[in-house]
Amino acid sequence: MSVSPNPEFRPILRFQTPVASVPGASAELAEVPRIELHSSRVSKYLDVLFRYSLLICSISIIAVMALFFYELTSRSKLSIAKFGFHFFTGDTWDPVSGDFGAMPFIYGTLVSSLVALVLAVPLAVGVSVFVTELCPRFLRGIISFTVELLAAIPSVIYGLWGIFVLAPLLRTYVEPWLAKTLGWTGLFTGPAYGIGMLAAGIILAIMIIPIIASITREVLVAVPQSQREAVLALGATRWEMVRMAVLRNARAGIMGGVILGLGRAIGETMAVTMLIGNRPEVAKSLFAPGYTMASVIANEFSEATDDLYLSALVEIGLVLLIVTVVVNACARLLVWSITRGNPARNNG
Amino acid sequence: MASLSRPLSVWRRFTNICFISFSGVAAFLVLAPLAAIFGYLVYKGIGSITWSFLTHTPRPVGEPGGGMANAIVGSMMILGLGSLIGVPLGIGSGIYMAEFGKGRYVTFVRFTADVLNGVPSIVVGIAAYALVVLPQQHFSALSGGVALGIMMIPTIARTTEEMLLMVPNTIREAALALGIPQWRTTLQVTLRTASKGVITGAMLAFARVAGETAPLLFTAFGNQFWNLNPNQPTAALPIQIFAYAISPFDEWHRQAWAGALILIVLIVVAVSAVRVVTSRGSMANNA
Repeated sequence: MSVSPNPEFRPILRFQTPVASVPGASAELAEVPRIELHSSRVSKYLDVLFRYSLLICSISIIAVMALFFYELTSRSKLSIAKFGFHFFTGDTWDPVSGDFGAMPFIYGTLVSSLVALVLAVPLAVGVSVFVTELCPRFLRGIISFTVELLAAIPSVIYGLWGIFVLAPLLRTYVEPWLAKTLGWTGLFTGPAYGIGMLAAGIILAIMIIPIIASITREVLVAVPQSQREAVLALGATRWEMVRMAVLRNARAGIMGGVILGLGRAIGETMAVTMLIGNRPEVAKSLFAPGYTMASVIANEFSEATDDLYLSALVEIGLVLLIVTVVVNACARLLVWSITRGNPARNNG
Repeated sequence: MASLSRPLSVWRRFTNICFISFSGVAAFLVLAPLAAIFGYLVYKGIGSITWSFLTHTPRPVGEPGGGMANAIVGSMMILGLGSLIGVPLGIGSGIYMAEFGKGRYVTFVRFTADVLNGVPSIVVGIAAYALVVLPQQHFSALSGGVALGIMMIPTIARTTEEMLLMVPNTIREAALALGIPQWRTTLQVTLRTASKGVITGAMLAFARVAGETAPLLFTAFGNQFWNLNPNQPTAALPIQIFAYAISPFDEWHRQAWAGALILIVLIVVAVSAVRVVTSRGSMANNA
């Protein structure tokens, strides 16, 4: 017999007194057994009240989501009506003459997020495989905890570090080297400012690694041990075991983690604002400064004076909201299908 | 037996070694920035944290000294307001999902919470601006609190739900069998059994929003002076760090590092405390 951990068992006796003193209930006290007391009216009302107040709490989540869409749509009407689809293709952003096109921001967001994914995905998968399959047991906890800490660092501190450490490093060492060796691709040309798309992409990669890594680790752990043993028993090397048994079974979940990381990269604001250079132009070179959707909102929102300007910024926010909701919904569905599903289903 | 001891082909051995060294290098490359950021933060920040930094408000450019006292207090005020909104709503919906949750509605709420978690903080800022700042016609700590509170809800709701689901059903049944009404069972038996995990979730959500800057830029807005009125623009540590970091003055850069160190110490202490508490005690098991 295990002893109940619940300290609330004794107070039940105390609890009977107040209910018994409920007017109306006391008359029946003499002949009716105790059980009847607890289903007295007050208790029933409290139960219903409790249930409905919790229901309201849970509705608040849906309400918040609906409110986001409603507020952002209604506040961006002006810009939607004026520019229509041209908003996404126009590349002038001129608050003075009231001409707004979001093309440079969409481009900047896409490029910086892509750079981040290219750098982050192999590293995140690598570190997860290292933690789950290779490293000694005592290191596991330490590495996962450290990666968790990486996720807890605020965006603004990444930005601060990026400005004063990463950007000078890129300017003096990395960018000249890249220009020399990979300049022919056209991606690494032009003056090395340090600050630009590449810097933003690198800082984003550092920021999304923990997200991808934690989900990847979760799905790798969910791969049944018997799968690994079966492949090893056939004489596979470590790499072959990981490739055939682990990664193949976990690929949908890893994909979910990657999409989740993409969602974070698209919406990330502060660190990118501090590092991307904030110039609304479409340049092929990754050294060139750019601008993202989130950072234009951060920089200009509180300075937007006329209605159209504000409305255009809110429309960018709306696009950001829709994109991240779609991306996150896809990722969640993928991850849910892995971690909630029966492990046996992943054999195929 | 001969076939078993046959040496691996060169190619297989090569790929295997490549793989093992790649994941080792990946682990190193992931951990290196963390060490670099923390190291640099401590190196730059520790010398700048002085008594006056902790007790004074910012001085104009050119004057030495000054500090972020108003931003530290402002941050706490905004976070307090945010917790007042986020914690009850989050725990409430978590309880609903775990205890009364069956069927499509709850799956939908759970899904919405997960998606809400991924909405960029800057978008939350716009929503809070439209909800609170526009009707009031001025920036305020309250609107910042609303933004942070909204961001806390999904995290807290999901962790609360998960923790409550770990409580064995026998405990609920035992309480109900003793004639305790449902609401008391849930609050005083189930929730209390899972309290450690629920508190952990709330702390993690708190730590997550503590460093948020983007949603505060046009809600709390920042302030150079003391302000304790939740209805007025208020300084916050992350905003102050941002403003100082992008300024051209060395003195302000120095203070940005100091502010960042204070912010990160607060967050890391919160996260580590949570980690220690949860790893020591079993969360919802009936030990």
